[in-house]
Amino acid sequence: MRSSPIVTELPRTSNMTDRHLKRRRFLDRTAETLILASASIAMSIILLIFVYVGREALPLLWENTDGASIVSTAVPPLEWQPVSERPRYNVFPLLLGTLKVTLLAMLIGTPLALAAAMYTSEFAPPRLREWIKPAIELLAGIPSVVMGFFALIVLASWIQAQFGNEFRYNALNAGIALALAIIPIIYTVSEDALTAVPQHYREASLALGASRIQTAIRVVLPAAMPGVGAAMILGFGRAIGETMIVLMASGNAPALSLSPLSSARTMSATIAAELGEVVFGGGHYRVLFFIGTLLFVVTSILNWIGDRYNRRMRMRLFGAE
Amino acid sequence: MVQLGQSWAELYMKEHPDITIQVTAGGSGTGIAALIEGTTQICQASRAMKDTEKESLKTKRNLDAVETPVALDALAVYVNKENAVKSLTMEQVAKIFLGEVTDWKDVGGTPGNIVLYGRENSSGTYVYFKEHVLANKDFPTKYQALPGTGAVVNAVAKDKGGVGYGGIGYATDIKTIPITKDAGGMPIEPTMANVLSGAYPISRQLFWYTAGPAESAVKAFQDWVLSPEGQKVVSEKGFYPLKGE
Repeated sequence: MRSSPIVTELPRTSNMTDRHLKRRRFLDRTAETLILASASIAMSIILLIFVYVGREALPLLWENTDGASIVSTAVPPLEWQPVSERPRYNVFPLLLGTLKVTLLAMLIGTPLALAAAMYTSEFAPPRLREWIKPAIELLAGIPSVVMGFFALIVLASWIQAQFGNEFRYNALNAGIALALAIIPIIYTVSEDALTAVPQHYREASLALGASRIQTAIRVVLPAAMPGVGAAMILGFGRAIGETMIVLMASGNAPALSLSPLSSARTMSATIAAELGEVVFGGGHYRVLFFIGTLLFVVTSILNWIGDRYNRRMRMRLFGAE
Repeated sequence: MVQLGQSWAELYMKEHPDITIQVTAGGSGTGIAALIEGTTQICQASRAMKDTEKESLKTKRNLDAVETPVALDALAVYVNKENAVKSLTMEQVAKIFLGEVTDWKDVGGTPGNIVLYGRENSSGTYVYFKEHVLANKDFPTKYQALPGTGAVVNAVAKDKGGVGYGGIGYATDIKTIPITKDAGGMPIEPTMANVLSGAYPISRQLFWYTAGPAESAVKAFQDWVLSPEGQKVVSEKGFYPLKGE
């Protein structure tokens, strides 16, 4: 979407000379160049990080150091035992752990965030809305290490008291804490999407005799669906990359189990826990960078799709610009 | 061990205001790597330097690693306070942490699942336990790895079936199990006397490494650490001084 310049021609006032005008144009151009420079620096830093992470993992394609190669990350046994006399680098248990924890977080977080977004955009009185929105968005400001600590000490005991589970630290424990971390993102983006639905949609629906709840669910929600989809995808991207919460709450056992009450080891937590002690340039080091590359690619794709959905939403509601 | 180094540095700097000591945390491997790269003068390690690491120090800087034991540490086996087990043999401890024994009733306790807690594989404690107790075999996949010994102690304190391992200095609100070296022997408590005499089977030395023999200011600091004054800090931090108290 290209935005046209806001002011095409500067208004000429009586005391404005040509010199003034030139100066203002010069300032405008300088500001534009500075902003462009900052944007390109940020872009190239991200690109360089990706190149660096990828480059550290790349030798896996043709090398086999300490039993680590691109093949060893995929062949059975499905075990993650990197510190061993006979290291096993299969990443499947980590993928499974990541998906398990992330999906649980989505299952818990999405309905809550969506319901809250629905309520604030469609039903809440404007004054209440002004309180609820910042309060939920404030959740995003809680450092993830605090959330992780809460899960480690409080939530784990609570879950164990409810279910009597063997694994004190498990995917559900991490999933709930992670849900708290992604609720603000899903809420903010989907609330914006719902609010952006033009008022006349609602008016038309109400005029045809639909109730407010019918209007919200059958008219507003479908109209805002691409935005809500984008919110979910962005939340998923945040959850899959979150490290500190899962490191503290999930028990980090690379178990092959689908049960939410068994322990899980995620990709991000594995990198955080192990990278500090690996031999620089060794097989284990390369596999950890390979996992990092995987995470980077997955989150980038998710963010890209989320962005596309968001654009499509705006196009649908306001027409292409 | 980083806490020990920090206390040493703080106290020593207080007595010698002209000297600045920076302590950086990160694990034994991180410290050894820094020594090899020459970015540190002293590296603390809770495990002995590997031959490959000594070689790379030799090739990179043409210096030999000099090892100085500075303190003793005992790894205790923690269980929940309500656990009925009185003592364990080394073999039983190994079988428990290898996942071969999964019920407390098989080692003299009341029936119930054994739940394993411990450190991440980047920790020197993990490596030590794996090498000296498990004879280098692998922990099972149900082993829950936690981000610190404090977290392990907290988990075992709240989990009736829990068992963990870690430095004796951290043991609060839990029970440490006396260990028998060989079947039929006497169970040994992880006390200072038993660690010093070598009777307690899971104890280790903590080291300082320098590249080449310590010189001038570094040598003075190292001598102070080994002096009675420096060794007093060791027991304050929950480790054992080299010569006892």
